[in-house]
Amino acid sequence: MFLIYCPHCEEHREEPEFHASGEAHLARPEDPEACTDEQWGEFLYFRKNPRGLHRELWVHSAGCRKFFNILRDTQTYQIHGSYKVGEWLEVDVQKDDEVSSS
Amino acid sequence: MSMTKFKQRNRLLSGSALCGRVDRSRELTFRFNGKYYKGYEGDTLASALLANGVDIVGRSFKYSRPRGILAADVSEPNAILQVGSDEANQVPNVRATEQPLYDGLISSSVNGWPSANVDAMSLLGKLGGDAMGPGFYYKTFMYPASMWETYEKVIRKAAGLGRAPTLPDPDKYDHMHHHVDVCVVGGGPAGLMAALTAARAGARVILADEQSEFGGAMLYGTEIIDGQPALEWVSDIANELRDYPDVLMMNNAIVNGLHDHNFLTINERRCHHLGNAIPPEQTRERMHHVRAHSVVMATGAQERPLVFANNDVPGCMLASAVSHYIHRYGVVPGDTLVLMTTNDTGYQCAFDWHDAGRLVVAIVDTRQSAHPHWLEEAKKRGIKVITGSAVIEVVGSKRVRAAVISAINAEGSFVTGETSEIECDTVASSGGWSPVVHLSCHTGAKPVWRDDINGFVPGESYEHRWYAGSVAGNHSLAECLSDGVQAGQQAVETALLDAQVTPLAASPNVPNAEQSPLGKSMAIYLVPHTSAPSRAPKQFVDMQNDVTAAGLQMATREGFESIEHVKRYTAMGFGTDQGKTGNINGMAIVAETLQQTIPETGTTMFRPNYTPVTFGAISGSHVGHLFDPKRFTPMHAWHLEHGAEFENVGQWKRPWYFPRGSETMEEALHRECLAMRKHVGILDASTLGKIDIQGKDAREFLGRVYTNAWQKLAPGKCRYGLMCGEDGMIMDDGVTSCLADNHFLMTTTTGGAASVLEWLEIYHQTEWPEMEVYFNSVTDHWATMAIAGPKARALLSELTDINLEHDEFGFMEWREGKVAGVPARVFRISFTGDLSFEINVPAHFGMHVWEALFNKGKKHNLTPYGTETMHVLRAEKGFVIVGQDTDGSVTPADINHDWAVANNKPYSFIGKRGMNREDCLRPNRKQLVGLRTVDPTVVLQEGAQAVRDPRQEIPMTMVGHVTSSYFSPVLGRSIAMGVIRGGIDRMGEKVYFPMANGDVIEAEICSTVWFDPDGQRQKA
Repeated sequence: MFLIYCPHCEEHREEPEFHASGEAHLARPEDPEACTDEQWGEFLYFRKNPRGLHRELWVHSAGCRKFFNILRDTQTYQIHGSYKVGEWLEVDVQKDDEVSSS
Repeated sequence: MSMTKFKQRNRLLSGSALCGRVDRSRELTFRFNGKYYKGYEGDTLASALLANGVDIVGRSFKYSRPRGILAADVSEPNAILQVGSDEANQVPNVRATEQPLYDGLISSSVNGWPSANVDAMSLLGKLGGDAMGPGFYYKTFMYPASMWETYEKVIRKAAGLGRAPTLPDPDKYDHMHHHVDVCVVGGGPAGLMAALTAARAGARVILADEQSEFGGAMLYGTEIIDGQPALEWVSDIANELRDYPDVLMMNNAIVNGLHDHNFLTINERRCHHLGNAIPPEQTRERMHHVRAHSVVMATGAQERPLVFANNDVPGCMLASAVSHYIHRYGVVPGDTLVLMTTNDTGYQCAFDWHDAGRLVVAIVDTRQSAHPHWLEEAKKRGIKVITGSAVIEVVGSKRVRAAVISAINAEGSFVTGETSEIECDTVASSGGWSPVVHLSCHTGAKPVWRDDINGFVPGESYEHRWYAGSVAGNHSLAECLSDGVQAGQQAVETALLDAQVTPLAASPNVPNAEQSPLGKSMAIYLVPHTSAPSRAPKQFVDMQNDVTAAGLQMATREGFESIEHVKRYTAMGFGTDQGKTGNINGMAIVAETLQQTIPETGTTMFRPNYTPVTFGAISGSHVGHLFDPKRFTPMHAWHLEHGAEFENVGQWKRPWYFPRGSETMEEALHRECLAMRKHVGILDASTLGKIDIQGKDAREFLGRVYTNAWQKLAPGKCRYGLMCGEDGMIMDDGVTSCLADNHFLMTTTTGGAASVLEWLEIYHQTEWPEMEVYFNSVTDHWATMAIAGPKARALLSELTDINLEHDEFGFMEWREGKVAGVPARVFRISFTGDLSFEINVPAHFGMHVWEALFNKGKKHNLTPYGTETMHVLRAEKGFVIVGQDTDGSVTPADINHDWAVANNKPYSFIGKRGMNREDCLRPNRKQLVGLRTVDPTVVLQEGAQAVRDPRQEIPMTMVGHVTSSYFSPVLGRSIAMGVIRGGIDRMGEKVYFPMANGDVIEAEICSTVWFDPDGQRQKA
């Protein structure tokens, strides 16, 4: 069970308060009508499935009801950070690891 | 209870130095396999059985061999018993070593028929034993496949490991949640020092230990710490810890899982020593959910038994377990001992045996020599030490009768001399110590092999975790103590990094431990025999799963080279045991056979739970009516009083129908439907999702999430809305009303309320954050009742100040006013196709208004109806139910709802692009149509598949299926809707429904609207 930092509430809370909503930073095409069927299909159905770092959209559903992003390692389940929608988080993962495992 | 006097023949006398930690003033009577025995308070079931000289505690899983107690702790593979005095409190899979004894305890073996002592199955084990290699069941019972179900029943009966109770559990269980700075797992020397260090620094600490007392291995040792006997030191430390307000100490508490982000689940057994005498307010078990900033694992090590021929005969035990029984319980589990060891720690067992006054026949050391200290101690006691040798086999079946001894080479790989047989009734063995790495693996860290200690230690993790003492391969007491202090300091420094916490006391110094010196131990995982493993008597690796050295070798010969495959093929490490005593020996044997190193072979993963956890502890108090919340409408009590049958819709309890007297469901539906069409009916619609939407961009927002137009909807008006996903498939529908220019009330399906709200939020927050719009769920704020039927207006007019005349209050409009004297919103919308008013009042007025309607409604034959009648009435009008007539692959065009799609809206609304994909525009898609059976009395089955040619060979071409089907009382015939390929353009054509019983039902494709096709009634 994860411990997740909500950047809106500014607190670490338990996973049951949250819902995962899949891959983050999937922007709806500006002009859907200009998309080919294939492009629209890409937007609809194709998702990254990395072994390692993954940016994910989560919602604090039993809390503030706000969506936010987390940067998570799908292999170790380490969460490197949470950040608000519209923002970007750069993490020096190696440094993060050193700090954590010290 | 009949009292049979039974001498505890293996119990040491009270007053002797080794009288144990049991309370001899409290004698307890218990029953095992139908016989009565005596034990003492403080015994485990295992120590009491051994005290009474009970050798056989069960039969083995596969070969049905008699088995005795091997270990004294959680690693016990054989003594897995059924415990419980009555049907309701039966507990299967109880380790006798973990079950405290209580007066009146009743237990029995789980394998063995007719009894563990006389076992019919062992005949098969003895005769067919050699044929029952690994994969025996796979190979033997594969053919014919149709017989598997028969085979399976017999195999399961033969292989049972206990049975579940058939009555409800009378006991209570609960959960507790904790947030701590440091959680220490294990209360031995390392864990105690870590907890003490953290506690003195002012941290919030949990210390959990699986045993009933703290001390770990010191509970059966002879160590001295700071000049005191170790257990006195333990008691001092524990007392100090108890004085700190933020320290929680738990005994009988197994950390069964170490999950992500340092989340621990701790299973505390609170009443296992009480049997059925649990006070009513007391919980039997508690599951602690702990979120810890730092975790110190001081889980210690488990002794490995040695693998030799017939090493499963009762009387073969772990060396440390023998010491454990002697020191802790005052029980010597035999008369004459042969000890085999690969290391110096094993010697203590023989000394304890000797000091308890019984005969040690010999110490057999596989090494060429031991540390002089131990040889000296043996000499002092007059114990013969045979070095460079091994017990290669024991003789006996129900109890050890003799040990076969032979010299072995320095590597321990083959027998070098003549064999000799020496008489004894107990063979204790010590193959070294395996760190208890299980918890460290639960989140995926791979353990690391260390040749210097012949064991795996925990692998690296990014989490704040520290390992102290034996689990880290540091087995000496001095190392455990210093490790504990160090790990405690590191854990607390990390946990309290940014906190302003004042230390409560100075950090402790490392105590001074006096311990005998230890020499080098030998790595030996399979004791050689004069014959190869395949020809020698069975050499057991995993006793619980009856996995032998020969079986492992055979598995590798058959091509299973990955240790994970070997595990699954042989069952090594399966079951409740999870490879506690057998895994390392097994992996080493596989490695040797494959001519690999142990690190190359690797280890199987340990997964939660460390030991079995009862369902009671997992569910806690979330059982019965607390299992899942139930939601009730404000009028629920009325429904109950009037005999409603209920339907579960999500968590809601909705009235399904209201039978009168002895009416059947069919009769009730018939009456309810006709009453509504002829007079007036009332439906509790409070469960419909209601979302309040406000803000200057609310109208534009609706236009983007609904497929239809919203720009012109004026205050006071209502509109049906259809919601699609980005793929163009229908997701939800409902009526949205304009309350004011910037204020709307959206209704959703009962089941879709939560997901629609999240859908609106995600688009607002991630795609269109610039829009000023706010959403709020108001489902529970309102009680909603729909009155429908020709008399609806007459009824409501008696109770409201709202002008209900058609010219004043048109169809698809809403008005605010009073109903039955309370403020109300009345919506003129209809899900029945008849004149209908949906009355919304604040929830707490719901019952008042409902009853007021019935007071006035008698003369109009006001009839309550439930969801089933609602379904029939809406189907008569061809109104769809999203999720019943649609399934996530249906576009608005597929249900003939093009009228609800405004393609000319400037913004490309959600679903527009998706529903215009090539495949969605295909003419031959499944489309929603009415299905008129040729025989009007036949009601189609929902889900029935349609074909065009009923004479086609199987497999037939299926062209669609029935989605809704009922008998309509008002039409006097069956009605149905379904999706049929290209159905909308095939009106009047026939389709056929071949049924399982051979019947073929013929139906004609028709309009979905059966009743009042012009819609005159709802506009009346």
